[in-house]
Amino acid sequence: MPKKFEKYIVIFFIVLAIIFPLITQNDYYIHIMTLAFIWSIAVYGLNLLAGYTGYLSLAHAGFFAIGAYAVGLLTVKIEMGFWVAFILAPIITAVIGFFIGIISLRTKEHYFAIYTLCVGYVIYLIIDKWDSLTEGVRGLMGIPAPANIGPISFTTPLSQYYLVLAILLLVIFIIYRIINSLVGRTFIAIRNSEPLALSLGISTIKNKLLSFVLSTFFAGLAGALYASFVRFLGPDIASTAITFDLLMYLIVGGIGTLFGPIVGTTLIVWISQNLQFLQDYRMLIFGPLLTILIIFAPRGIMGIIGDWKVKSSEKKRNKEAQKSQSELKKEA
Amino acid sequence: MEILIQQLFNGLTIGSIYSLVALGLTLVYGILHIPNFAHGAIYMIGGYITLTMMTYVGVNYWISIAVSIIVVGVLSVLMERLVFHPLRNTIIINNKIAAIGILLFLEALAQLIWGADFRQMSSPYNQVLNLFGVTFTVQRLLIIVAAIVVMVLLYLFLKKTFIGRTIIAMSQNREGAFLVGINANKVAMLTFFVAGALAAIAASLTSPINLVFPGMGHLVILKAFVIIIIGGMGSIPGAILGGYLLGFTESIGATYISGDYKDIIAFILLIIILTIKPNGIFAKGEH
Repeated sequence: MPKKFEKYIVIFFIVLAIIFPLITQNDYYIHIMTLAFIWSIAVYGLNLLAGYTGYLSLAHAGFFAIGAYAVGLLTVKIEMGFWVAFILAPIITAVIGFFIGIISLRTKEHYFAIYTLCVGYVIYLIIDKWDSLTEGVRGLMGIPAPANIGPISFTTPLSQYYLVLAILLLVIFIIYRIINSLVGRTFIAIRNSEPLALSLGISTIKNKLLSFVLSTFFAGLAGALYASFVRFLGPDIASTAITFDLLMYLIVGGIGTLFGPIVGTTLIVWISQNLQFLQDYRMLIFGPLLTILIIFAPRGIMGIIGDWKVKSSEKKRNKEAQKSQSELKKEA
Repeated sequence: MEILIQQLFNGLTIGSIYSLVALGLTLVYGILHIPNFAHGAIYMIGGYITLTMMTYVGVNYWISIAVSIIVVGVLSVLMERLVFHPLRNTIIINNKIAAIGILLFLEALAQLIWGADFRQMSSPYNQVLNLFGVTFTVQRLLIIVAAIVVMVLLYLFLKKTFIGRTIIAMSQNREGAFLVGINANKVAMLTFFVAGALAAIAASLTSPINLVFPGMGHLVILKAFVIIIIGGMGSIPGAILGGYLLGFTESIGATYISGDYKDIIAFILLIIILTIKPNGIFAKGEH
């Protein structure tokens, strides 16, 4: 498939996302889509670390919650302006991520996964038990909606949808630039072989930490959006169940691919919506799905598409080769 | 002083359970180098099977445990066959994700079959004893004794029987084990069965003093991970010692520091240990 064609597909989907609210006219669908976009941003963060750098962090919901609670606490308890709090939240998350990263990245593989799982659990317990700050299980209420920027207000579902969409597109663009830069290639080098990367003179510690901090930054950003969109926070958003949800979105869409996070997240969120009657039992389907995907298609939907593209271009090349050969024969 | 002895006794009870769960986890890790995140769900299923046998089928506590051991053991073997075996040659990250998939499935399944409610398991050993100023139920004493019996049996199995020794051989040196003709598939299945059985025993023993619910495995499995990291991944004595150590630390911490935060103790312990020694205390070196 030519590169130009891919570009058109991307533009098609962006246009589709922009006109989506006009097609449905249904506030509920817009609401679901906005949530899916918010989760996607968090999944992009996870993808950078787990997909491109090869470090499976199981504390991601914790960082999402830190971003969300940062906005919640700054606006509700300190009564800070919304946008100041909104910008501070991902930065706070990234700073906390930096310190956790310094320590956790000393560990590798299983140790890293278990370590981050425990870090995530500690974040959850702190939010749950520290009543005086976070309101614990009662939940944090009264978070304001995004404040107006000049004449633009963000009180209707439609305007919030476009706000989230704009931020999501920006995030995808940033991720695209990162993974196609030297930094991104360094991440991939670390994923493929850390000792080799080290022997090539790459500072693995520095780059892993950068990936970790960026990953937590995006998680914090998604959390901040979530807080201002749902406007109610409970400790459950830090639970491991959310981490596993994010991981599932990533695996279904395609780990280590650019469009995997958005594809997986939107798909699963929509399927979950249509399986509402299953409620708590949806994992009866998604649990085995996750396992089966990992066994048969470890790179998810985008991975399958990618493989198919490679195969079809190979076929084409073979055909062309045959053609030119037969032409040569004719000439001869 | 009496409080201290009482707490030490409680620590011994919790520690016994932790040790049993951690033993299963460490055995599986020793053979396949998989951190089996689904082990906590296996533990939970074990609790439910025993509960169902006792309340719905109405058989004796011990027979229920025996049934639970077999059902959960077979479930554990199935998991190895269907999931971990096909994944044996992929990158490590995939094993972890697959295990998480199983975990999510089993929890949803338990919720579907038994509901999300907290269930109480009645034990025939609810009598309260009072010895040297320490009050305890017979069930707690039973946990301690049963755990020790199980550990001794496991030790004899691994050291004295031929098939037990194949497990040890394979965890010590995979290639060497293949060279002397040990069947890797059989050993893997056997190990998963033993791990499942240990989890079922632990869950059945602890259920009468705790509660049975779909999420009962969460904390236990996380703590079991902490234990095997403290004791060295794949080390059997490490899992036993680590389990008791954590049990004591928790029950004493809950009394003298804060009951609210007692669950955090294990994780803080882990974070401190991994901060100082990123490969665990008794790391056996790279595999």
